[in-house]
Amino acid sequence: MIQIKPILAAMRHHKAGTVLIALQIALTLAIVCNALFIIQQRTARLSRPSGVEESNLFVIRSDWADKSDPQHTDIQMQADLLALRQLGSVQDASPTNSFPLRGGGWDNFIKLAPDQVKMTTDAAIYFADEHSLATLGTKLIAGRNFTASEIGSQKPRDRLSSAQVIISKDLAQRLFPAGSALGKTIYVSADANKPSTVIGITDTLQAHMQSRRTPDYAYNAVLIPARLLDDGTVYLVRAKPGQLAAAMHDATKALYAQSRMRIIDRKDGVMTFAQVRQRFYKSDLGMAILMGIISVVLLAITAAGIVGLTSFWVGQRRKQIGVRRALGATRGDILNYFLTENLLIGIGGVLAGAVLAIGINLWMVTQFEMARLSLAYVAVGVVALLLLGQGAVLAPALRASHVSPVEATRSV
Amino acid sequence: MFAYYFQLGLRSLRRNPVLTALMVMAIGFGVAASMITYSVFRAVSGNPIPDKSAQLYTALVDNRGPQYNDQGEPPEALSYTDATALIKAHKAAHQTLFYEVAPSVLPEGSQSVPFTANGYATNADFFGMFEVPFEYGGAWHAGDDDGRAAVAVISHELNQQLFGGADSVGREVMLDRHAYRIVGVTAHWDPQPRFYDLFSGNGFADPVQLYVPFNRAIDMQIDTAGRNNCGGIPSYGVGREGWLHGECVWIPVWVELPTRADAEHYREFLTGYAAEQRRAGRFNWAPNVRLRDVANWLEQERVVPPESRISLMVALGFFVICLVNTIGLLLAKFMRRAPEIGVRRALGAPRREIYQQFLIEAGTVGLAGGVLGLLLTAIGILGVGLIFDPGIARLAHLDLSLVALTLLVAIVATVLAAFYPTWRAAQVQPAWQLKSN
Repeated sequence: MIQIKPILAAMRHHKAGTVLIALQIALTLAIVCNALFIIQQRTARLSRPSGVEESNLFVIRSDWADKSDPQHTDIQMQADLLALRQLGSVQDASPTNSFPLRGGGWDNFIKLAPDQVKMTTDAAIYFADEHSLATLGTKLIAGRNFTASEIGSQKPRDRLSSAQVIISKDLAQRLFPAGSALGKTIYVSADANKPSTVIGITDTLQAHMQSRRTPDYAYNAVLIPARLLDDGTVYLVRAKPGQLAAAMHDATKALYAQSRMRIIDRKDGVMTFAQVRQRFYKSDLGMAILMGIISVVLLAITAAGIVGLTSFWVGQRRKQIGVRRALGATRGDILNYFLTENLLIGIGGVLAGAVLAIGINLWMVTQFEMARLSLAYVAVGVVALLLLGQGAVLAPALRASHVSPVEATRSV
Repeated sequence: MFAYYFQLGLRSLRRNPVLTALMVMAIGFGVAASMITYSVFRAVSGNPIPDKSAQLYTALVDNRGPQYNDQGEPPEALSYTDATALIKAHKAAHQTLFYEVAPSVLPEGSQSVPFTANGYATNADFFGMFEVPFEYGGAWHAGDDDGRAAVAVISHELNQQLFGGADSVGREVMLDRHAYRIVGVTAHWDPQPRFYDLFSGNGFADPVQLYVPFNRAIDMQIDTAGRNNCGGIPSYGVGREGWLHGECVWIPVWVELPTRADAEHYREFLTGYAAEQRRAGRFNWAPNVRLRDVANWLEQERVVPPESRISLMVALGFFVICLVNTIGLLLAKFMRRAPEIGVRRALGAPRREIYQQFLIEAGTVGLAGGVLGLLLTAIGILGVGLIFDPGIARLAHLDLSLVALTLLVAIVATVLAAFYPTWRAAQVQPAWQLKSN
């Protein structure tokens, strides 16, 4: 049985060091808990599905250099698509204005009745054709795909007026929580005279934006059967398996062969979907990395601090240790003494740290729209810091246990 | 004496190399983490136009009413109808309106390849109001706005790209296949955050490349390349004409009001304008207008990303822990030298001398930590691109003020941390130390 009383009595003789170690453990626990929690939240976002079959998919943004009239643009887009689909390395291609993880785009309010004032929800607007689902690799879970004859075209300032739409699973559930959305009428434009019938429901399909203020819309998407005749267009292209690089090269060349009067940005005009994903989640991943680095360095510094101060104490008490050894204490007793002392300080530190961790989190919740810290993180942090303390104290404590009883006789 | 103590301090760094290394590393890491995150925070939270930020206001008018507006707030920009009406009213010293454009630019020469340039369609007041510096020529005149002239101002960077940096005033640039006469070339100009166009989310966008007259751009049907917000209102017209004269908002308006009284007058004018629209039957709600200055607008639009605030705070917490650590280690380091202090005290050194010696020694540790911190900050800033948006990451850089701040913070913080250990060292009783050994 370890004697706690003499340890507590000894602590009174070096209050400052004790308080400093406890304080350091408390602050470290508070920050590491919150950092780990931020890492978990950010990485959880990273691993969300986009609903897109991402490998072998790439995106080309082509702007029209001549800004010609919409009819001409429409003809050019159809020619482009035909050329892209004929390429040996390309499996399928489709035109659109936007795509999941793009980072921004056209959103519309979705309503269920023509005279509804407030929206029911908000959804990403994806212009699509009969090839879009195959190109994205997104499956239908109900209803049917668009047919070629349903695909129209429109100018950017025209209202959405398609009689048929395909919507994402999450949007369907949001609009019709009770039953199936298939065959139902929804209003995707502000025009009360333009109802749209839901002809298909896709499996999970992510929207193009991520807004922290409106996480509810993250998986709301509407596919509009039309080509958008804007100042530029996006082509989604699915390469044949394993031919991504070749397809990206071929597709750019084929588009320039169709017309030189286009601009494909050298920097980000052609992107693989992996690049799209990386760009979209950059700040989430960055935050997780930063918090990870800070946590690791912090734990290392706290451990180093414990090693430093305990070593000092061991040096200070060599004589006392010698006396104890001479009076019959075993090496194990000395080792235990320092381990127990550290454990006591550590317990004091983690108790204060746990309170501080929760306090910091509660404050962050009010400031940054963050979630409440799960107590599991605090528990993991507590265990980790106690173990870290024990590990850090081991080396100086072992050195202490090797102090020879002769030390007692050296002086005084 | 200072030099001598400083020398002693340097020598003492070598005496307990492990302890010293621990302290220097703790301070180095702590100060570097704080400085890296601070360099980003400083960039995103700075005042982009310090001498005028209290005189420039964005004017907002609620054209949606309580049913459609965002919790009582007017939309973040104006409709074409309101924007042009405010400019025409001319009630401020200067007033400007703009929208983002992205025309294709075709350089001269038969082998040239077109590219997209980003810019603004605006009026002559823009340049003076926002203090745009010119390299060649200048802004176009108010007459060019009214005359819907095909003129353009291009940026230093675009001028480099198109004309190799030569004075291109008077030459022509092809935008969307139409010729515009260049009247001015701006010097490099890139206020960060781009306070005037937060509406389109351009707070940290790449520098603007060109400017063309607003009226001309409208005539040429150059569509906005920025945000267009219709906010669910049912009446947004049909086709381009319907949209243009409808209630979608897409044009920020800024006014320059030199004094508080001017701002009050303008606020009254705005309210009056909204009331007039109500009388005319266009609005059926009480006037709901805002006049926000630069600081207020940056705050309202939450321009500082939460990542930047959180990481700065975590880094500061990290630094505090490093300092607590340093206090403990300094305590150990100083108290180890109790016998030496005892001898010095016995030989007649007053407490003040002990204070001086040990604080200067702590300062030396702080300096070493600062140098390490500087090194780590420099490396860290290179890696900022891994963590933040490229638009924001490019703003973080190690300049002279950051170097000075890094060293200063490291030294001051370490000296502060050394107060308690030094006090303990000064309390050493010479008699006790001399008795033993």
